[in-house]
Amino acid sequence: MSVAIVDCGGANLRSVATSIERLKIPYVITDNSDEIIKAQYVILPGVGSAQNVMKHLESKNLNNVITQLKQPVLGICIGMQILFNYSAEGNTKCLGIFEENIDLFSKSNLLKVPQMGWNKVEFSDAKLKKLNDYYYFANSYYAKTFNSTKAISDYGSAFSSVVQKDNFLGCQFHPEKSAEAGVRFLKYFLTKS
Amino acid sequence: MITKRIIPCLDVRDGHVVKGIQFKNHKIVGSIVDLAKKYSQEGADELVFYDITASTDGSTVSKEWVSKISDVINIPFCVAGGIKSVNDARSILNLGADKVSINTPALENPNLIRELSLEFGSQCVVIGMDIKTLDGKSFLFAKTGNELTAHSTEILALDWIRKVQKLGAGEVVINSMNQDGMKNGYDISLLNELSKVCTLPMIASGGAGSADHFINVFANTNVDGALAASIFHNNEYSIQDIKTSLQSNKINIRTSL
Repeated sequence: MSVAIVDCGGANLRSVATSIERLKIPYVITDNSDEIIKAQYVILPGVGSAQNVMKHLESKNLNNVITQLKQPVLGICIGMQILFNYSAEGNTKCLGIFEENIDLFSKSNLLKVPQMGWNKVEFSDAKLKKLNDYYYFANSYYAKTFNSTKAISDYGSAFSSVVQKDNFLGCQFHPEKSAEAGVRFLKYFLTKS
Repeated sequence: MITKRIIPCLDVRDGHVVKGIQFKNHKIVGSIVDLAKKYSQEGADELVFYDITASTDGSTVSKEWVSKISDVINIPFCVAGGIKSVNDARSILNLGADKVSINTPALENPNLIRELSLEFGSQCVVIGMDIKTLDGKSFLFAKTGNELTAHSTEILALDWIRKVQKLGAGEVVINSMNQDGMKNGYDISLLNELSKVCTLPMIASGGAGSADHFINVFANTNVDGALAASIFHNNEYSIQDIKTSLQSNKINIRTSL
């Protein structure tokens, strides 16, 4: 088994790498298309802004590579958001795996933005209920619930905390920062085929 | 909804975790990596690592410790100390930090807040505010890591909060210098005064000495998290002790590990 952690030009690849290393699974951190294509699992990690991540992927011609991948792909936080059609962050055209858009939480006295902290994640599929737990979020932008939503969380209103379409799985939270719950979620992804 | 956060803070000087009283007379209280690991395993919601000498002696936070801590924890991790540029922040984030907290460098160059949030996103940018209240007015202090360099900036805390949220900050830590290390409770009136203008997540810091102080700050203010140092370092309370008390007082917290 091997995992390619895609260098999306953002920072903090190390936390994702450490969490994979703790599971004793070999990984590479790479922006090389051949290495990404031949890995069994691909992770798009999650720090940066939508415009910077897309700019970096386009400069390496990875936008076309990622959309054609057939193996399980996990997008974390911004790595999930760039799988959508469009992000309001920097008015950015994204990869379009999910046809919906990414919006900005609307600030109010009751709703502080960014959402920063541990929020409850509830999966709809009975077989995944064992993953229901608190996970760590740090985001100003979000995906509404739609037909690819696999788990929801509540921040002012319900939003998508996990989405899936075919081989593409996305989570708005950071499993690599979500203590034991995060470890269980990563193990779930790494058993997909 | 999102839970309230309990955040242990490691103030570090010369490779040791230290703790002072009202930002003076720092004493060594423990080992950096051992304490980081212990708090992560006990259910801390986040960890703050603060190199208190960096801004006062013109250096940047010690990178060696950032990666050593990152290797032993799996919770969010905020790093502070002399981060003056986008490149400083990038190297800290690449070593495993999730957020950087800036205090003195932001006061000296407020545009740094905008640069950091454009580069890494607002959620990475925490503004540490060391505040002393004099004659009913709350002022920001800079270079607070050493009593010889600490000084008032004559900037009002309320004005600074309004400014940093416009510049793209993602969180503020309100550190009451009057309460620091005193263990007689968080500065509730300061937190409520600042909450009126703050639309960002706000963390209370300074004054925790008992479980009641945590209950009090969450019951009587709108803060999102409570940071503490001495109470945890001295083994007076574990993270779990505090969370059990909060839970029995109906405060929304994460109890799973």
